[in-house]
This record gives sequence, C-alpha cells and structure tokens, in this order.
Amino acid sequence: MPTARSKVFTARFLLLFITLIVIVYGILYPNLAVVTDSLIRDGSWSLANYREVLSQRFVLEATINSIVLSVATVLLCAIVAVPLAFLFERYSFPGRSVFAALAALPLVLPPLVGTVAFIFLCGESGILARLWQYIFATQNSPWTLRGWPALLLFHTYTMYPFFYVLTGAGLRRINASLPEAARSLGASRTVVLRRVLLPQLRPSLIAAALLTFMTSMASFSAPLLFGGNVRVLTLEIFTARQRGDLQTAGTETVILAIISLAALVAFQKYEGTRRFVSAGLKGTARRREPISSGKSRVLATIAGTSFTILLILPILTLLLVSFAQEGSWTTQTLPSVYTLANYQRIATEPQSAEVFINSLSMSALAAAVSLVWSFCVVTLLVKRSSRGRIGETWRRILSLIILIPWALPGTVVAVAVAEAYGQPSLLLGSFVLVGTFWILPVIYFLRFMPLVVRAVQASSEQVDGSLEEAAGSLGANALRRFLKVTLPLVWPGAIAGTLLAFVIGLGEYVASVLVFVPANRPISIAIASELRDFNLGAAAAYGVVLIGIIAVSMIIAARLERWRS
Amino acid sequence: MPLLSLQNISKSYGETRAVSGVSLNVERGEFFGLLGPSGCGKTTTLRMIAGLETPDSGTIHFQSDEITKLPPEKRGFGMVFQNYALFPHLNVFENVAFGLRARHKPKNEISEQVSSALSLVQLPGYEKRRIDELSGGQQQRVAIARAIAIEPDLLLFDEPLSNLDVSLREETRGELRELVTRLGLTAVYVTHDQEEAFALCDRISVMVGGQLMQTGKPRELYEKPSNIAVARFLGRNNLIRAMRLSSSKDSQGEFKTLEGGHALRMPVRHQDLAPLNQPVVIAIRPEHVRVVRQTEPAENQLPAQVKEIIFAGATSSLRVDANGLTLEALVLEPNGLKVGDSCAVVLPMDHLMLLTGQ
Repeated sequence: MPTARSKVFTARFLLLFITLIVIVYGILYPNLAVVTDSLIRDGSWSLANYREVLSQRFVLEATINSIVLSVATVLLCAIVAVPLAFLFERYSFPGRSVFAALAALPLVLPPLVGTVAFIFLCGESGILARLWQYIFATQNSPWTLRGWPALLLFHTYTMYPFFYVLTGAGLRRINASLPEAARSLGASRTVVLRRVLLPQLRPSLIAAALLTFMTSMASFSAPLLFGGNVRVLTLEIFTARQRGDLQTAGTETVILAIISLAALVAFQKYEGTRRFVSAGLKGTARRREPISSGKSRVLATIAGTSFTILLILPILTLLLVSFAQEGSWTTQTLPSVYTLANYQRIATEPQSAEVFINSLSMSALAAAVSLVWSFCVVTLLVKRSSRGRIGETWRRILSLIILIPWALPGTVVAVAVAEAYGQPSLLLGSFVLVGTFWILPVIYFLRFMPLVVRAVQASSEQVDGSLEEAAGSLGANALRRFLKVTLPLVWPGAIAGTLLAFVIGLGEYVASVLVFVPANRPISIAIASELRDFNLGAAAAYGVVLIGIIAVSMIIAARLERWRS
Repeated sequence: MPLLSLQNISKSYGETRAVSGVSLNVERGEFFGLLGPSGCGKTTTLRMIAGLETPDSGTIHFQSDEITKLPPEKRGFGMVFQNYALFPHLNVFENVAFGLRARHKPKNEISEQVSSALSLVQLPGYEKRRIDELSGGQQQRVAIARAIAIEPDLLLFDEPLSNLDVSLREETRGELRELVTRLGLTAVYVTHDQEEAFALCDRISVMVGGQLMQTGKPRELYEKPSNIAVARFLGRNNLIRAMRLSSSKDSQGEFKTLEGGHALRMPVRHQDLAPLNQPVVIAIRPEHVRVVRQTEPAENQLPAQVKEIIFAGATSSLRVDANGLTLEALVLEPNGLKVGDSCAVVLPMDHLMLLTGQ
C-alpha cells in the first residue's frame, strides 16, 4: 500500500529532521566552532594558539594537575568504594539497608552545595576544626581546607558512588554459584576474590574508573572554592574568560574536551562489555550472607553506621548553618543563635524568588524538551523491526554523538555554545543567543538530555518488541501502537530520567557561571554571591531548599522506578 | 562404617525450616540419590554436605572425621551445579585446571590431569574453547570434568541434567553412571525427577517438606512406600480413605472405604499402623487396578461405571466411579468398554499398600 508506506516515510523523515536539528545546532556546530576558532589566528589557519598556550607554564601545569587530580580521585574512590560495595552487597547486618539506601546520595547533591557544606563542616573555621580547638584548647585552626588534600577529600566524597554503584551492580550480576564452585574446588576466600570475582568485575571497575575520571576532570566548584594554588583546566578556562582572553580559553577548552572525549570513547567500549552476564541460580536464591560471628558483626555494624553518618554529616551541617543567625557564629563550635530569618529572607525577597523561578523554569523547560526529543531519538535508536529504523553503524554513531555533551565538562559546553552563538552566526543569522535568557535553558538541555535519552532507551529496550507487533496484528496503526502500548510501558522510566535531568539542572553552576545574565540568574549563582558576601546562613538556606526540592523529585523518581518493576 | 554420615541435621532460613532432623548414611562406592519435589530441602542438604551452608544443628561425618563446620575448600568434594557454574572468564582448560591450581599441583601434572579428565567426558581437544562457545551438553561435560579432575573423595550433583533437553538428558545419564562406576567414586545426586533417580541411584532418600521420608532401593520405594507423601510423589497412586473394621490378630485386615462404603480385605503387617475405627489411607497403583466387564469370583471386587477413557498409546487410562469412590486404572486394552458402561474393578490384595501420614 503506497499510502501507508509514504506515511511511514514522512514520520521517519520528521524524526530524523528533529534529531538532526539538535545534533547540528547543539552538538556539532558549537564544538566544531571552538575547534576551528582555536586553529585560526588572524584570519588564517595556524597552530599558533596551541604553541602559545602550551608554552605558558601554567597551562601545562593545569593540564597535568587536572589529570593527576583525576587519577588520584579514581584510585581513592576505588579504595573506599569497592570494599564498601563488597561489604554491603554480600553481607547482611544491622544498619545495612540504611546506608545502602543513602549511598548514592552525593550523586544528586549539587557540587556547589556540597562544596559549601564541606566548608562549613571541614573548613579551617568549620565545625570540626572548632571542635578540635575546643577539645585541645588551642587558638589556631588545626588544618586548612586548601589544595590537594581538600580537593581529594571532596572528590572522594562526591564521586565514590560511581564505584560503589557499579561494583554493587557487577557483584549482583555474578552468578552466585561461581564462588561456591570455586570453593568446592579448593579455593580459599582470597583465591576466590582474586581469581573469580575481580576478573569478572573488571568491566564494571573500568567503567567506574572512567566515569570518575570524567567527572573529576569536569570538577569546578571545589577547585574554585578550596583548590588553593592547585590550578586545574576548568578553573583556567574560567579565569581566562573572566579576563577576556577568549583565545586562550578556547584553546584550553579544546584540550579539556579531547581528554574527556577520549575517556568517553573508552567508556563506551567497556560499558557494552557484558560478556559475563549469566543466568541467576535456580534452586538456591541468592542471599546476602548474614554475618553471624559476634565480633565481625559488631565491626560491620560500626563501619556501616560510621559511613552513614559521614555521608549525611555535610547535609546536616548545611541544615544547622541555615538556621544560624547571620554574624552570630564567630568562635563557638556550633552556631549559638538560631533563627528562621534566613528562610524568611529567601521567602520574602523578590530577588531570591526570582532565582528560584529562573532555575525551576529553566530546568523544567530543558527537561521537558529533553523528554520529547528523547522519544524522537529513541524511536530511531531502538533496534526492533527493521522497518523505519536506521542501520547499525548509524545507530552507533548517533548514540556516541548524543553522549558527547554529557561527557564534556560543563565548562566546555558553555564555552562552545558561547563561542558559536556569541555573534551573528551561519546557523542563527543575526540572532545572538549569548546575553539572552535562552542561553541557559539551551545549555541545560544539551548537558542533561543524554541522561533522558539513556533512560528512555533503557526502558524501551525492556519492552518486549512482540507487544508492538501484537498490537499491529490487532490493527493498531503506528501512532496508536506508540500511545497505547509503548508509552504506558516506557513512561515511568522516562519520567524518572527526566526528573534526574531536572534536579541536576536545578543546581547547575559550572556552565551557568560562565554565561548567565541578570535575566536568568539561577540559584547556584545566588548561593555563590551570598557566600562571597559572607552571608553563610543565607547560602546554607538556599542549599537546604535546593536539596529539599531535589529530594522530593528523587523520591518521586524512585517510586516510578519501583512501580515499573 | 559409612563413608558419609549425616546425623539429625537441621537448617532454617529465618522463619522457614528448610531441613529438619535429616539423618542418612552413604556407603563407599554408592550412587546415592536425594529425591523430592522442589523446595523440599534436598539442595540445602547437599549444600550442607558440600560445606556451602552450615547446619543449625546436627553433625556431618566423613569417614571418621567430623566435618560439620569445615569450610568447603578443605573438604575435597567435587560438586556439579545445576547451572554448571563454569567460570565465564576462563577457557575450558583453565576451568578444569582451577581446582588443581588451587592445590598448587605442578604444571605438567595439571595438563596431564586436565586432558585425561576431558577425554573421560569425551571432550578431548576442547582445551582452548571459550565457555560461551560450548553447547549446553558440552558445558555440562566440562562441569563434570572439572569436578572429577580434583580426584574427589565424594562427588556431589545438584540436578545436573535439568537444563538439558530430554534425549540428551537420557544419554548423559547413562554416561554419567558409567563414569562414576568406572572411577569407583561415591556420589550424592540431587534430583526431583524420579525416573532419573531410579535409573541412576543405588539407594534413594525421598525428602518432602524438609524431612526425610524414606530411604531405600528404587524398587523398594516404588513398591512399598511407607507413607502418603512418598506414595504421592513416586508415580501415580489411587489413595483410598478407609476405616479398619476387624481387629483380628491374624495377618488379614478388614476395611471399609469412606467413599462408597466398600469392604476391602488386605494383609496387614503393622498392627499399630491401622488401629481399629481409625481412618487410614490405602493406596494402589493404577496399573494394578483390574477392570473387568462382568463380575468374577475375586476378592475386593467393586461394582463401578466407566466415566472417562483416555487413550495414551500403548496403554489406556480409565477413570471409573465405584459408588462415589473414583479410581484410576491403567490397562493395555479397554476390552471394548465405553464411557457409561457398567463394569467391576478388582483391587488385588497384594498390591494394596497401607500408608501413614496425612
């Protein structure tokens, strides 16, 4: 039937068109613009920018610092999180479930808010330092939260969940009878760990290492607020732009982007490595081994409880400081006067209402557009019937391109969009995006839509393809099949992914700080400026409200996930 | 002295009692079966023998040593898992060599033993294959080779054939039995498939609901189940509820069926099993129920009516109703009987079994 056929072609063309618009305008053009700009000097092609930038000692130093910081972060996170994952995944003991539920918390904590909380807790005039001074009756602060140790401590706290979550998932995938078989063959526990468990965890561990590496390369808030004299690439790009040296900023951006993209390609390669998937064991359900021996049980419980406390301590600190009266917390261990004034200020000041409205509307907009766009892309990506879909090679290229803005540090995305649309351009004509309200929603969309695409894709792939075929055989057309069969099955996962994008957008700082204008000033910028003015309570109150909104969204997302399964 | 001896073993998971009070002995060179429906505790029992679970109470002895709490790697028992549990990151050679390497055997000895184990399971030359390149049947053989390569004192099987298709399962079954006999090994074999257990095992313990019901040779279990659970589980049985009428001291007992009110006579050996005026259960296998067109002089003959005839190839299954008592009979020929015909069923005395339990 020619009409049905042409309808399919029209639909397919439309989907491809929408997908390509975003890819060309949002991903290819801006990034290529940065690359070409970095290769042009005085109107002609040249490597002069690179020669010049790389000859500056501090650029090289920042590059090396970024890489060393990221490698060290990976190692520390692995050392902390892998044993934790083993403990919490394989054994059961009192307190296990509380920690297991909270373990991924730092992943949704906005980096800027986390940084602020860390300063209140561990800074040289933070609660812990003052507690030390109180106990040992000294005047001087026992430590400073500056430089390498501070950065590594914060990075470990915020990035260990990659290792924890992926190692845990890897352990759950290992067939429970494998370690048992090894032991029945005479292998001791250590041999089982070395020769059976770790080899099978390798893909998970490598994926976690690359994710941590990429996140650490992109880290901005912590180096900004307590990096001290440790200069990293993200910070260099920021300061270069601040002093108006766009040439240097652009070239450094390309260097940072290349390192992150190399990690992305490696990550893609390993993430697909699911060679070791094997069916669950029938007969004996996999149980967490209860720790029965008294001493280890106590130890495990203590370990679990301490980690839970460590995990929520920064957030509790933030909560406490948010109730402190401005200026009242001077030398005491804990703030002495408590008040609701900070919250009242946020609630009544028109300026603060504005930043909330800005952040909420920009994130919601970006998340909603991401959701709609994801369905277009996923329809092209999901492999099912060959009709109306694209070939395997194109599918791979498309998935990789879509992941690029997610893999690139926020700094890079912001610089690329600013470079491309900072003046009248080929694609937008005389419209200049930079300086308008729309620049931030666009950047939020680009940065977080890969999360939504992946969520929608994952849910779609779980839907049995034969369901749509069955609907088709019952006479439902493509639209009806999508609305009545696919959508109801996919939407809980899709909404969960959209909510995740939404909450990450709410706390976005890295990209916002580079291109925000008064019209779209987001919450994070307000927090940073309160902090600069030493309005600690107000900064904390902003953080607490932000965390509250995030928590509610995440609870809804978790409900949806459970509802789906 | 038995090679392996379990005394009063119990194991609970939280509130669920998986195994309670199991005692059994396995003799050297024996092929011993643990048979029961799924969830009956047979796998848990096997895992306690392997050392993968520790019993809550009771003891396990191997030869003269108590091994109740000995970790699995110190026991030297080979185990074949239901899903084979082959290491997916190792090839066939490395899988079979795993236990030998854990024992720090010299290299040349390892490769010798691996190739001899692989030829025993008829997979010579498969050393370099990856596990996911093997068929289910081949994976099964590698799992067996891996377990016998360590020259185990005891070989444990956890439903090893249940993932194979029917024809391959029967073929592998024969080879497995032959291999274990040839190597002079002692085996404990867990299965829910009675046919498999009957074909393989010298002796079988039937487990139901975490308890060991009966232990014996296959034929003994089939012909003389000691309780209802075993009779229900092993093959089809007509279970007839009845009341004992006579208290005669001789070996003849007189019963009245609760359904239909028929009088049945049968030899009674255990007086205590059938006290007077107490409900008991009498079982008879369908193949022992005779269906005749006209009454003939015979004991335990009940008038009946044919309700259903199911043709099943070599045999036919007849469902008859004897005044409210429904019986199933397995016959070679329905003898021209049709649904609705009157007939008589004969329950031969020496095939009636008196059962205890619920």
